[in-house]
Amino acid sequence: MSRILPILTVVLAIISIWYGAAVPMNTAWEVDQAARAGVPAPVGMDLVAATLAQDRPVLPAPHQVAAELYKSTFGLKVTSPKSLIYHGWITISATLVGFAIGTSFGILLAVGIVHNRAMDASVMPWAIASQTIPILAIAPMIIVVMNALGVQGLIPKAIISAFLSFFPVLVGMVKGLRSPDAAQFDLMKTYNASAPKVLWALRLPSSVPYLFASLKVGIAASLVGAIVGEMPTGAVAGLGARLLSGSYYGQTVQIWAALMAAAIVAAGLVAIVGAVERATLQRMGYREGAR
Amino acid sequence: MIWVLFSIAFWAGAWAVNVRLAARPSGAGLILPAIFGITILVVWEGMVRGLGVSPVILPTPIAIGARFAAELPTLWADFNQTFVKGALRGYAIGCGAAVLTAIAIDRSPFLQKGLLPVGNFVAALPIVGIAPILVMWFGFDWHSKAAVVVVMVFFPVLVNTVAGLKAADQMQRDLMATYGATYTHNLFKLRLPAAMPFMFNGLKIATTLALIGAIVAEFFGSPTVGMGFRITAEVGRLGLDMVWAEIAVAALAGSAFYGAVSLIERRVTFWHPSQRK
Repeated sequence: MSRILPILTVVLAIISIWYGAAVPMNTAWEVDQAARAGVPAPVGMDLVAATLAQDRPVLPAPHQVAAELYKSTFGLKVTSPKSLIYHGWITISATLVGFAIGTSFGILLAVGIVHNRAMDASVMPWAIASQTIPILAIAPMIIVVMNALGVQGLIPKAIISAFLSFFPVLVGMVKGLRSPDAAQFDLMKTYNASAPKVLWALRLPSSVPYLFASLKVGIAASLVGAIVGEMPTGAVAGLGARLLSGSYYGQTVQIWAALMAAAIVAAGLVAIVGAVERATLQRMGYREGAR
Repeated sequence: MIWVLFSIAFWAGAWAVNVRLAARPSGAGLILPAIFGITILVVWEGMVRGLGVSPVILPTPIAIGARFAAELPTLWADFNQTFVKGALRGYAIGCGAAVLTAIAIDRSPFLQKGLLPVGNFVAALPIVGIAPILVMWFGFDWHSKAAVVVVMVFFPVLVNTVAGLKAADQMQRDLMATYGATYTHNLFKLRLPAAMPFMFNGLKIATTLALIGAIVAEFFGSPTVGMGFRITAEVGRLGLDMVWAEIAVAALAGSAFYGAVSLIERRVTFWHPSQRK
C-alpha cells in the first residue's frame, strides 16, 4: 500500500501539468478564431473552457482523450474502421505472430551458440553489433519489398516485430543456458548425460527466469515493431495507421487516443507475460525474488 | 547456377576455417566474426546473382557499395541532418535532463517511490508513437526530431541513474560521514562516481534509441534531407540500393556512437570489475 500513494501523486501531478499546458497551448487558436470572427477574445474561465473543448487542439485535454478513447473502443461496432478495438486487434495479432517467430528463432539460435564454439565466436559479435543498428529504419523497406513479392497484411509487420524481439531473447537465453554452475555440469557428466539430455534436464530449466526477463523486453519491442511497421503501408489499419492518418489530417485527439490505446496494449501484454512468469516460476519452485 | 554453387562452397569452406580456428585454445579474436561477416556478403552476392533476384527486391552488396561511393555527398548531408542535428542534440539534452532529474528526486524518497514505477512503465511504452505529435508541435526541421529523441532517451537514463545513486554502500557512506562531508561532497566524490557504471548502462541503451527516434520521426514529416526521409523517398521510387546505403550509414553511425560511449565508459569506470582485464 505504501507505494500506491506516491504513484497516485505522481500520476495526478502529470495530469494537472497536462491540463496546465493545454490551456496556454490552445489559447493562440482561440484568440485567432475570435479575431477572425471580429469578436473580442474570451477571457478568464470562458477562455479556459474554450481551450479544453476544441475540435483539433494543439494539445487535447486528458478528458477529451479519455472520451475519444471510450467512444472508439466501446461506442462503435467492433468491425467499424473507426473502432480502436478493430485497429488494436490488427496490431496485437501482428505483434503476437512476430513475437512467436522472434522468440523461437532466438531460442534456437541461443541453443546453437551454446553448443558450438565456432558459432558462438562468429555469430555472437554480429548479434551484439546489430543491436546498435536502428532496425526500425529498415521497416519501410521490408514492407515494400514484401509487397512487391506479393506478401501483404500481417506477415511483413510480424517480421519486423520478430526482428526486434529476437535479440533480447537471444542474449537472455545465451546467458540463461550458461547459468548452471560448474558443479551441476560436472554432476551431469558423472551421469554420462548426452548433450541433448543436459540441455533438456539442466540448461533449459535453469534458463527460464532469464527467458521471462527477456520476453518482457521482447514483447514491448514487438509492439513497437508492429506499430512502426503499419506506418509505411499507407495507413490502412492498425494503431500505427491511426497515428499516421491522425497526423495527416491534424486529428490530434485521434492521435492521442491511439497512443493511449498503444500504451494500454503494451502494459497489458507485459502484464500477461509477467503473470505467466510468476505462475511458471512458482510451479518450478523458484521463490519470489530469488534469482 | 554456378554462382549458387560457388556461394554454397564458400560458405562451407569459411565455416570449416572457423571451426578449425575456434578449436584453437588461444582463441582467434576478431578473425572469426570477420570471416563470418565476409561469408554473409559473399553468399548474399552469389545467391542474388545465381538466382537472378531482381535488384528491386534485393540489390547485391557490390551494387550497394557502388551507390554508397557515388552518393557520398547526399549521404553526408542526410547524416548531418539526422544524426548530428537531430539525434546528438536530443541525446545531449535528454540525458542531461535525466541525470539532473535523477539527482533532484534522489533527495525525496516519496518522489522516487512514485516516479520510478511510472518511469519503468513509460520506458516500456511505444514512445515512437509520440513522434507525430512532436512533429506537429516543433515543425518539420531537426527540432522535432531532437524532441522525440529527448523523450525516448529520458526514462532509461533516469531509471538507471536513480538506481546508480543508490549504489554506494553503507560503509562508504559512513566513511564520508566521519569526514564530515557535506551533501555536495558526498554527491560529487562518492555517489556520482559510484553511479557511473549504472549511468553508462542507460547511456549506452540511449545511443540506439536516439538514432531510431531521429529516423522514425522523419517518417512523419521532414525537410527534403535526412536519413528517414531518404529511406521513405527511395523506397517509394524502388531505389533499394540507396536505401541499403542509408542503412549502412545508420549502422555505421549507430555502432560508432555506441563504441564512443563505451570508450568513455572504459575511461571513466576503469575501477569497476567489469572493466578490469
